[in-house]
Amino acid sequence: MGLRIEVTKVAKAYNGNPVLRDCSYNFAPGLTYALQGPNGSGKSTLLRFLALLEAPDTGSVDYLENSTVLPINLELRRRFTLVLPRPGIFNTTVFNNVAYGLKIRGVKSGEIEARVDTILETVGLSHKRSQRALDLSSGETKRLGLARAMVLAPEILFLDEPTANIDPLNTDIIEEIILKMKAGGQTTILLITHDPAQAERLGDRLLLMKEGKLVPG
Amino acid sequence: MTEFFLFLSQINPGELWGIVWLSLWVSGAGLLLATALALPLAALLALKRFPGRDAVVNILHTFMGLPPVVLGLLLYLLLSRAGPLGVLGLLYTPTAMILAQTILALPIVAALAHSAIVNVDPVVRQAAVTLGATARQQAFTVIREARYGIVSGIMAGFGRANAELGAVLIVGGNIAGYTRVMTTSIALETDKGNFELGIVLGLILLALSLLVNLALRRLQKRGQSAGAELSSWA
Ligand SMILES: Nc1ncnc2c1ncn2[C@@H]1O[C@H](COP(=O)(O)OP(=O)(O)OP(=O)(O)O)[C@@H](O)[C@H]1O
Ligand SMILES: [Mg+2]
Repeated sequence: MGLRIEVTKVAKAYNGNPVLRDCSYNFAPGLTYALQGPNGSGKSTLLRFLALLEAPDTGSVDYLENSTVLPINLELRRRFTLVLPRPGIFNTTVFNNVAYGLKIRGVKSGEIEARVDTILETVGLSHKRSQRALDLSSGETKRLGLARAMVLAPEILFLDEPTANIDPLNTDIIEEIILKMKAGGQTTILLITHDPAQAERLGDRLLLMKEGKLVPG
Repeated sequence: MTEFFLFLSQINPGELWGIVWLSLWVSGAGLLLATALALPLAALLALKRFPGRDAVVNILHTFMGLPPVVLGLLLYLLLSRAGPLGVLGLLYTPTAMILAQTILALPIVAALAHSAIVNVDPVVRQAAVTLGATARQQAFTVIREARYGIVSGIMAGFGRANAELGAVLIVGGNIAGYTRVMTTSIALETDKGNFELGIVLGLILLALSLLVNLALRRLQKRGQSAGAELSSWA
């Protein structure tokens, strides 16, 4: 049951400087992992590999279901999503941003409306529905990035610093949302944070990026 | 206002509107053709990697500044009776003028659309990938993100087509009632010392340019305002 991620001896160097070295780890379905580590230690790099945005120099990232390795294709990619630290908001309305993933999956417009409105309610952006998304504040932008991913009901959600540069109130709102998703029990969450207290609050498993490897935090 | 000017210069209104209409047709058709060719070219150059890509971009930028008279001369040599395309009998026809306008506007529209697309923040494409977009959907999303820059490129292309004299004069021949457009009339009338018609046409040209720019700006604004594109975002 559920998607399992097997990271095996992943290595990556940029310009001869090793960032990840023989990094191995198994992510079990349904758990929330909180990853910490100093700036430049390779956390975001690992997340990009996990989300299959890039491939490592050596080693592998495999997705398994019922002990079988799944082929890497669009179908698999659409089962998880990554929210980047700068989410890459599209120059259109808030609604259209959240609807994007559903539209490209060919979901019917009535269903899109309903699902988007529910999520906008969850992240507290209903009143901004028809507003230009690029006009949102940075806290709202972070919530929009989250909403855009959540609306897809992904089995795995990768969050790269979901509360970086966010005020305490917005941080609370975002943590609430993550906790709610966690309580649903359907989603594996892997989030990067620089806040040890947040890692404690949200994570079932604490991880540390140390010398290019994932170690228990 | 128009009556006043017509009285002033005793212009035949039929002739005047004929000239205006042909001008619009020639630059409009030229721009349309140029845009139809330029946008796929710009998208290809911006989104696909292939050998010789940078060379094509450099050529486009060079041709943005192509002096219209030089193009006119080249087209003349190609289209004249003795030229390789002489059998088509296109010299001194509106078609030849449209061809000239297309060639002049194409590099401008393509180069500006290209830079609009390459300047889209790379994180937009990454976001599209993380949200499950296919390669085609990613490309579409990035192009859509560049739409204001693309419209500006089309505007600049219209500006060039509208103001163009050298090439259409050479390949069109400024034949009254057939290939005479606003810029060539102005050149001719000024040459004859008949400034009134030149001034009237000049003002019409200016007004047209203003109108088209206003229309396009409105379009841009509407795209930017909230809600207007709810249904257009696919
Ligand atoms: N595309 C790239 N080109 C060159 N170097 C890169 C690239 N991406 C990452 N790096 C380098 O790899 C190292 C790890 O970067 P990464 O973004 O994974 O760190 P991080 O752990 O997420 O840091 P932070 O906490 O600051 O976000 C850094 O030294 C960075 O400069
Ligand atoms: Mg990072």
